[in-house]
Amino acid sequence: MRKLALPDEILLSIQQPARYIGGEVNMCVKDPESVDIRFCMCFPDVYEIGMSHLGIQILYDMFNRREDTYCERVYSPWTDLDKIMREKRIPLFALESQDPVKDFDFLGITLQYEMCYTNILQILDLSHIPLHSRDRGEEFPLVIGGGPCAYNPEPLAEFFDLFYIGEGETVYGQLFDAYKENKKNGKSRRTFLEKAAEIPGIYVPAFYDVTYKSDGTIESFKPNNPHAGKKVTKELVVDMDSAPYIEKPLVPFIKVTQDRVVLEIQRGCIRGCRFCQAGNVYRPLREHGLEYLKRCANKLLETTGHEEISLSSLSSSDYTHLPELTDFLMDQCSAKGINISLPSLRIDAFSLDVMSKVQDVKKSSLTFAPEAGTQRLRDVINKGLTEEIILDGASKAFMGGWNRVKLYFMLGLPTEQPEDMEGIALLSEKIARTYYDTVPKEQRRGKVQIVASSSFFVPKPFTPFQWAKMCTRDEFLERAYLVKNKFREMKNFKSLKYNWHEADVTILEGVLARGDRNVAAVVEQAYKNGALFDSWSENFDNSLWMKAFEQCHIDPDFYTVRERQIDEVFPWDFIDAGISREFLEREWLLALEGRVTPNCRRQCSGCGARGFGGGVCYEDKN
Amino acid sequence: MKIRIKFSKEGSMKFVGHLDMMRYFQKAIRRARIPIRYSEGFSPHQIMSFAAPLGVGITSRGEYLDIEVTESPAETEAASFFRTMKDRLSQAMVEEIRILSCRKLPDACKNAMSIVCAADYTLSFREGHEPKDPEAFFEKLAEFYAREQILVTKQTKKGQRDLDLKPLIYCLERRENRIFMQVSTGSTDNVKPEFVMETFYREMGWESPGVAFQIQREEVYGRDAAGHPIPLEEFGENIE
Repeated sequence: MRKLALPDEILLSIQQPARYIGGEVNMCVKDPESVDIRFCMCFPDVYEIGMSHLGIQILYDMFNRREDTYCERVYSPWTDLDKIMREKRIPLFALESQDPVKDFDFLGITLQYEMCYTNILQILDLSHIPLHSRDRGEEFPLVIGGGPCAYNPEPLAEFFDLFYIGEGETVYGQLFDAYKENKKNGKSRRTFLEKAAEIPGIYVPAFYDVTYKSDGTIESFKPNNPHAGKKVTKELVVDMDSAPYIEKPLVPFIKVTQDRVVLEIQRGCIRGCRFCQAGNVYRPLREHGLEYLKRCANKLLETTGHEEISLSSLSSSDYTHLPELTDFLMDQCSAKGINISLPSLRIDAFSLDVMSKVQDVKKSSLTFAPEAGTQRLRDVINKGLTEEIILDGASKAFMGGWNRVKLYFMLGLPTEQPEDMEGIALLSEKIARTYYDTVPKEQRRGKVQIVASSSFFVPKPFTPFQWAKMCTRDEFLERAYLVKNKFREMKNFKSLKYNWHEADVTILEGVLARGDRNVAAVVEQAYKNGALFDSWSENFDNSLWMKAFEQCHIDPDFYTVRERQIDEVFPWDFIDAGISREFLEREWLLALEGRVTPNCRRQCSGCGARGFGGGVCYEDKN
Repeated sequence: MKIRIKFSKEGSMKFVGHLDMMRYFQKAIRRARIPIRYSEGFSPHQIMSFAAPLGVGITSRGEYLDIEVTESPAETEAASFFRTMKDRLSQAMVEEIRILSCRKLPDACKNAMSIVCAADYTLSFREGHEPKDPEAFFEKLAEFYAREQILVTKQTKKGQRDLDLKPLIYCLERRENRIFMQVSTGSTDNVKPEFVMETFYREMGWESPGVAFQIQREEVYGRDAAGHPIPLEEFGENIE
C-alpha cells in the first residue's frame, strides 16, 4: 500500500483530500534510493490549477526519462491544509514518494503569473527551507525558477538560487550532469552554482550586484563572480519536432481546470501585438510538423483516455497545416466520443465551418479579442483585427446559428482617449445590430447575447510597452465607469453585458512585472502579513499589500505610473530574450505614432530572433 | 451486451470520491479500448452505471459498475473476449484499484443500481482509537443490537424523519476485534455504517466516534427474482 504523508484524520478533515495523495494514472514510480538527483517540480497554486499546466507535464516526462533522476511534484496546499501544516509543523511533501521537499536536490518552481509570488514563499516556508537563498546551507535543495515570469526574475532574486531563462527542453540535461559531477566530487553548493552560471540560459542572482541612481533607477548591473557572464541568453528549441513531447501525461483523479489532452501545435506568434509578452519572448514562431502532431494526438489520447483534445498555441489560425490537422482529428475522434476544442481561432469562414462540426453551436459562443475600441488604438497596439473583419465574422456566425459573442478588451492602453473607451460600447452595439440585420426574425433564437469584458493593461518586460506608464487605480476605474455608462446609452443595451477586471490586483501585477530587487522585501512582507493565493479573488486582500509597501518604505507608483526614459536601464536588461532593445524602442515609437508593423510572414521587421537560426524567419528560404 | 464489473478500492484510493471514480472509469475504459456503447446525441456519453456510491474514506472489496459494449462475441470466442477485457482493464488501473471480475449479464437484467438492497461492512479501530476494554465494548454493542427497536431521527433532504433502524440492520456482530455489519442499501432505506455507529455511541452516552473506524465495504447485494439478496456478481455469468 502507498504510504501517505498525512494521517487519515487530517485528510478526512479537509476539502479535496485527493489533491495530496498522488498515485494518479501515469505517475512515475521510482525508488528514490536508486537515483542521483531528486527533483521536486512545483506549481505554486492549488492542485487543480497546477495539474492543468502543460509545461510541467513536458518537463516531468523528460526528467523522468533519465535513469539517474526522479522528478516528483508539489502544489500549494489550500488554506485549510496550510493552517494544519503550520500548527502541527508538518513539512511539505512531494506527491509521488510523499517525502519532505526539503530532502530533495532541487526544488523547481514555475513562475506563470505574478500573483502567485506569495505562494512561492508559502512553498518554501511549509517545506522548512529558508526563504532567502543566502541562508540556505548545503543540506537544502537548490531552488530554481523558470517560466514566463523568469523574464524579469528580479523581484524574486533573493528567494532563488538560480533561474532558468527560456524553454526548459534544452539545457536541463547539462545542468543535471553538472550537479551530479559536483556531488560526486563532494564539492559545495557554491561550486555547483558557478558551474551552472556557465551554462547558457542559467542565471544565478547572487553572482550579480546592482547599484542605483539617486532617482531609484538602476545605475549598473554587473557580475561579481568570474563564472557569471554579462548577459544571459534565453534558451529555445530550434526544431520543435526534435524536442521530447510527453508520451504519458498524468491523469488526475479529481476534475482539474484542463481536464483534456493538450496538443501544442506551435510555439511563438507572428502577430507582434505590442502589449503581449508571450508574443515577443517566444519569438520566432516555430511549428510542429503535421505528421508529428497526428502521431502525438493518437498517442496522448490512448495513454490518457481523456474525452477531449485541445490545440494549444498563441494563435492557432496561423498554423500552416490547420485544415489537415482538424480534418484528421475530426476523423479520429468522432467515432470514439472524443470532443475537440479549438481555442484562439480567428473567426472566419474556415473556423466557423470547423467549429460547427466539432461543437454544439447552440451551446457555444464566439470569441473575439479586439483588445481596443477603435481602429486608431488597435493600430497603436498592432492588433491586426479590424471592425470589418469582426462584423463580417460575426454576421457569418449569426447565420450559422450562433447567438452568443464574447469580446475581450483592455483599458488603460498607451495613448487611450475617451473615444477609444466609448468605442468598446459602440463596437459591441454594432455587433448586436449585425445580428438583428442579418438574421430574419423567424430564424432568431431569442436575443443575441454579447458579453464584453475588459482587463486593465499591465506593461510587461520585453514588449514595446515596457516603457509605458500605467494608469492609477482611480484612473482605471474611471475608465471602466465611462465604458459602462456608454453601454447604457446603446439602443440594444439589453443584449449587451459589460464586465471589468479587479483594479487593485492589476496595480500589484504592474509592480511585480516591472519590479527590481527592492520589491522582494514587499513580497516577503505581504506574505508575512498573511497574503496568500492572491490570484483568487476570495482570498485576495489588498490591504495586506498596501501595509507591506508602507512597512518597506516602497512606493508602488515608482514601478507603475512613472514615465520611463528611453535609455533607462531596466532590471531585466541583462537577459537577452532574442528580441533586441533597438527593435522594442522602434516599436514603442511606432506605437506612439499609431503605425502598424506587418506580421512575420508578410515582412521581417528585424526583431533579432532570426539569430536563433530557425522557425518562421527561415520559412520558404531553404 | 451488458457486463458487470467488480472491483476493489484500497489504500489511498479511499480519498477519491464517487464522481471522480466515475470519471476515472470513463477514462480507464478508453485506455483499455473496451468497445463500450455510447449514448446518442451531440455529446455522447458512455453507457455506464455504478451500483452504490461509496463515501470518501471508505475502502471496498466489492464495488460494482455495469457497462454495455457494442460487440457480442460468438460463444466460442466469449471466454477469450472476457479474458482480454479483464486483462486490458487491469492494465489501465492504478495500483490500488483492482478488477476482480467481469461477468456477462443476461440482457433482461436490470442495472445494478436499481436492484441493490444490502451491503456488508467491516469496521476496524484506527490506531489509537481502540476501546480500553474491548470485551465491554462488544458486549454493549450486542445489547444494542438485541433491542426490539432502535428509534432514530434521520436528516433527509425533505427534513427530518423518524424511523426504526433495527429492521434495516440485517446483521451486527463482532468478528475478532472488528465489527461486521450488513445493512440495508439502495435508493430507499439507505443505511450508512457510520450512522449505525453514531447512533450506538449516542445511545451509550458516549462522544461521537469521529474518525475512530476504518470502514471497508465487503460486498453489495441485489434482490433476485425471488426477492432474496445475492451478491451482485452472481447475477452475471462467469465466462472466463
